[in-house]
Amino acid sequence: MDSALATTDPADLHAEQEHGHVSLPQHRHHFETVEQQREAGSFGMWLFLLTEIMFFGGMFLAYLLYRNWYYPAFVVGSNQLSVRIGTFNTMVLITSGFCMAIGVWAAEVRKRSLLTAMLVTTTLLGVLFLSLKYDEYHEKYELHHIPGNNFNVSMFTNPAGYGIKEAPLPPDMAQKTQVFFFLYFAMTGMHALHMIIGLGILCWLIPRARRGDFSSGYVAPVENFALYWHFIDVVWLFLYPLLYLINRHPMH
Amino acid sequence: MGLSPVLWQFLVNWLHNATLFPAEASTIAPYTDALYFFLVLMTIFGTTLVAVLVVVFSARYSRQRSPVATQIEGSTLLETTWTIIPLAIFLVVYVWGALLYFRIYNPPTNAMNIYIVGKQWMWKAEHPGGQHEIDALHVPLGQPVQLTMISQDVFHSFSVPDFRIKREVIPGRYSTVWFEATKVGRYHLFCSQYCGTQHSGMVGWITVMTPEDYKTWLEQSTSGQSLAQNGERLYASMGCNSCHNGTAAARGPDLAGVYGSKLTLTDGRQILVDDAYLRDAILNPSAHVTAGYAAIMPTYQGQLSEDGLIDLVEFIKNMQSDYRVQQTLVTAASGESAPTTPPQAAGER
Amino acid sequence: MSTAVGNTIVSLPDQSTAQLPKRHYINNEYGLLSWLLTEDHKRIALLYLFSVTFFFFIGGAFAGLIRLELLTPQPDLVAADTYNKFFTMHGLIMIFLFLVPSIPGVLGNFLIPLMIGARDLAFPKLNLLSWYVYMAGGTLTLAALVLGGVDTGWTFTTPLSTHYLNTHVITAAMAIFITGFSSILTGINFIVTIHRMRCPGMTWFRMPLFLWAHYAASLLMVLGTPVLATTLVLVALERLFGIGIFDPAKGGDPLLFQHLFWFYSHPAVYIMILPGMGVISEVISTCSRKRIFGYTAVAFSSVAIALFGFFVWEHHMFIMGVSSYSALVFSLLTMLVAVPSAIKIFNWAFTLQKGSITFETPMLYCFGFMGLFTIGGLTGVFLGSLGMDIHLTETYFVVAHFHFVMVGGGLMAFLAGIHFWWPKMTGRMYPETISKLAAVTTFIGFNLTFLPQFVLGYLGLPRRYAAYPPEFQVLNVLSTAGATVLGFGYMLPMLYLVWSLKYGAIAGSNPWQATGLEWQIASPPPTENFAEIPIMDHEVYDYEWLANKTKKEVTTVG
Repeated sequence: MDSALATTDPADLHAEQEHGHVSLPQHRHHFETVEQQREAGSFGMWLFLLTEIMFFGGMFLAYLLYRNWYYPAFVVGSNQLSVRIGTFNTMVLITSGFCMAIGVWAAEVRKRSLLTAMLVTTTLLGVLFLSLKYDEYHEKYELHHIPGNNFNVSMFTNPAGYGIKEAPLPPDMAQKTQVFFFLYFAMTGMHALHMIIGLGILCWLIPRARRGDFSSGYVAPVENFALYWHFIDVVWLFLYPLLYLINRHPMH
Repeated sequence: MGLSPVLWQFLVNWLHNATLFPAEASTIAPYTDALYFFLVLMTIFGTTLVAVLVVVFSARYSRQRSPVATQIEGSTLLETTWTIIPLAIFLVVYVWGALLYFRIYNPPTNAMNIYIVGKQWMWKAEHPGGQHEIDALHVPLGQPVQLTMISQDVFHSFSVPDFRIKREVIPGRYSTVWFEATKVGRYHLFCSQYCGTQHSGMVGWITVMTPEDYKTWLEQSTSGQSLAQNGERLYASMGCNSCHNGTAAARGPDLAGVYGSKLTLTDGRQILVDDAYLRDAILNPSAHVTAGYAAIMPTYQGQLSEDGLIDLVEFIKNMQSDYRVQQTLVTAASGESAPTTPPQAAGER
Repeated sequence: MSTAVGNTIVSLPDQSTAQLPKRHYINNEYGLLSWLLTEDHKRIALLYLFSVTFFFFIGGAFAGLIRLELLTPQPDLVAADTYNKFFTMHGLIMIFLFLVPSIPGVLGNFLIPLMIGARDLAFPKLNLLSWYVYMAGGTLTLAALVLGGVDTGWTFTTPLSTHYLNTHVITAAMAIFITGFSSILTGINFIVTIHRMRCPGMTWFRMPLFLWAHYAASLLMVLGTPVLATTLVLVALERLFGIGIFDPAKGGDPLLFQHLFWFYSHPAVYIMILPGMGVISEVISTCSRKRIFGYTAVAFSSVAIALFGFFVWEHHMFIMGVSSYSALVFSLLTMLVAVPSAIKIFNWAFTLQKGSITFETPMLYCFGFMGLFTIGGLTGVFLGSLGMDIHLTETYFVVAHFHFVMVGGGLMAFLAGIHFWWPKMTGRMYPETISKLAAVTTFIGFNLTFLPQFVLGYLGLPRRYAAYPPEFQVLNVLSTAGATVLGFGYMLPMLYLVWSLKYGAIAGSNPWQATGLEWQIASPPPTENFAEIPIMDHEVYDYEWLANKTKKEVTTVG
């Protein structure tokens, strides 16, 4: 309905004459110009990201509070995470962000096949990240490190029994590793949920990109999605050091 | 009037029993009331001012009297005035309120201590002498009383309107409040934080008695065992004395006289030993290891009720020497049960 | 118009010849689907109007049941657990499903594009989505009610909500979580619209104050609501898996919940009241024919309230054993946030000075707002003052204060706005005499209901009590009597506004002689709002411009 109106609306004709813009089929009738529409879109996206920052902010606050309270538990909890997988995953995400950025550029210079290729690569890298994450989760599941009724602290009270070179935690502190793992799962889980949503949107963008929807000057969806994807990267760039790195072996 | 006498009597009775202002029954109440009256005056003044402005302007500048409006941009002078004056009043209220806050929450040093445990849906008061009360609290007149309070489950709030005091009773940490009653009588005790189904049933009475009556009451209501005595039994039955016994070979620090002292912990922190510290050290020992000792103490989380913890804290507070602790230990080692320690006495009263 | 100066500014077209415009947004399309799939901000506003009214009367019914139960000291109407479910539902529905979306969802949606000279909000699809999300949240809330209710109180206090109740806490928490997204979407939409969609000449300082107020409220929605979302997710996870993040027995901190919850829920009260303040500014200006006194100060005070509003949350926790120093800081900030509200009240009062005032229904509601909001605001100072808060918090004093601000303020403003823009929304006037009666009834009923509660609060009666000591009965009876009057006051508009849809006088495009851009187009407006995007070539609230314009129209037509 909007696009039909766009061609008949006198104000739009007026705008075209004045600004020399070509009316795109995606131009929605209530915007004066395409430029205004694009600006509004990306501004809205930034605001949405702001709400996301606040959403994760609450969890970061909880993390900082409990890390301060239960530092030893956070240290051994963090030692349980694999830096290798974490680092590799960080690289995977950064690469996917890079591909996404190229994708936006490809859309702007109207290279349809490059855009499609980049979106596909981004998707594959995203899937790779999630499968590695699944692997990490699965390992925690087997070790009974998922918070809840089956949570088992014996690995932390008696590390020698598991062949881990680590000072044993007193039982009361060992219980607090559950707080660490809860925050680990809540934060990375929320991050993974955002990635899954992102992959869903990618699956919708790719066929449209192949059809050429975004290679004729209308790049707003790609651009805004890229903002979202980069935001997910940035959240990970905070999660990775907080969860994997800063607590590591500070005792030694 | 055809009003039936029964109804009339009911009405009179009903209105007669109605209250409009709470009793002033503690030393704090007059201070709170003074601020309250100031604030009420401020509100009446502010509301009247706004009402007068609205009414006068409405009358003077109604459409009939003033058919054409005069446009005014604003007035920096006027606007500054009504920014500064309310701000000044609010700042006065702020300072006054802050002073009152510290008066209400900073207990005098000579206050006597009573423990309060809140649980769904009752108040349990424990006097140091071992007197226990449910939904009631007897206190002497003219003596500052400090309450050390904790909740066994959810948030509660200990509120005595006639004393103008209130404090949240929180699970997992002690909170305190104090008062000094100034009038003999019975006063409402409310739980004012919503705490579940029978929230409105979590009420009780504070009874203020003359010191003589209070003494009589204490003597008549004693359960025979003071809190410290209960604590001593627990100390032995939980095996505290096997490490904390003050001997040269002890694996735990000596606890005699530790209350009120400054401790250095292994992580270098300096800590003042108070009720909260003792409770925390029993439940989360590894975060409270005294310098020079190993972190070997197990946690007692889940093994002690809040009442049991209070008994232990009260015992450690009053522990001046290790003599009795060592005596218990000797008795236990010789294969007999410790004196005056029935085997079932494990914390629950 | 007659030459003699009447006591009203309302000027309606000749009723014998007047007609509604042939095509407008309501009759542009027909059928249920045309409403359910509409992207027109005006139609979405009407969808919101139906739904918030629906939830208002459900929430109101619970209020009635609560007051009925409190008529006697014993819990004899319902048992304590049912009573607890009543006040929880009353709180949840009134706050999250009525007060937060009412003015932004109905009046904001309808008016923001009209006032800034745009064809629609920036994201019409998001706007429709926000209504669906709101309805999903509302349905889930009702589901929680139908399944057996929830008795956490609207504050979801942990560990009560997480470990000690076996009612439908997760359903209710998810309902509020979802409703929150609706509010985030609305907020984003408003901010982007106000930034990017203003018509030529509409500078920031030519925007009606209604827009400034909505802008400030939207900032709060966008920044505050996500934190509530986090909190509710954590509550649900804790309840599902027993993790212990808020459970002291497992090393968690219940006060962390309080901090996170109030970080949203304090700003939320400004989300509820700021749009109302915007309504008041418009009505007072129009009914006194004057520019708002100190426009800039009123505009900035909205933004100041939004900013300070984020840094006062701890005043809900003064008795919870927070550090005394942080309590000092938060008490000071609370005092500061009271100042911008005082500025607004005085600026509105002085707008009347040298005006040409008329007393139509919206204006009466505005006067009600000013009185009640002043009392509500000043009693807030009681609670912000540290020492006084100890005695008053968690009592009926808080209940009374909150209702003075939210109902005496927010709801009065909503009704003022609904009456004021009713002719724009429907093309017909509401009936004047009976609506004045409703405004006065509401005012009297309100005071009778909530003034006794201040006294009850100072007496120390805690809130959320199903039973209370008998000496408090007299005041409770007064309060219940007032609530009955208040109930009638709210029923009246419901009836006569519906009546006016068919029988109300044809309003014409500008019955109030108001200056806003929304009044320069037909009532009800056409779907595309403006045939041509207008150019704002005059200052805001410029009544001379309007007079000249009217004169010109008369001369060209005549």
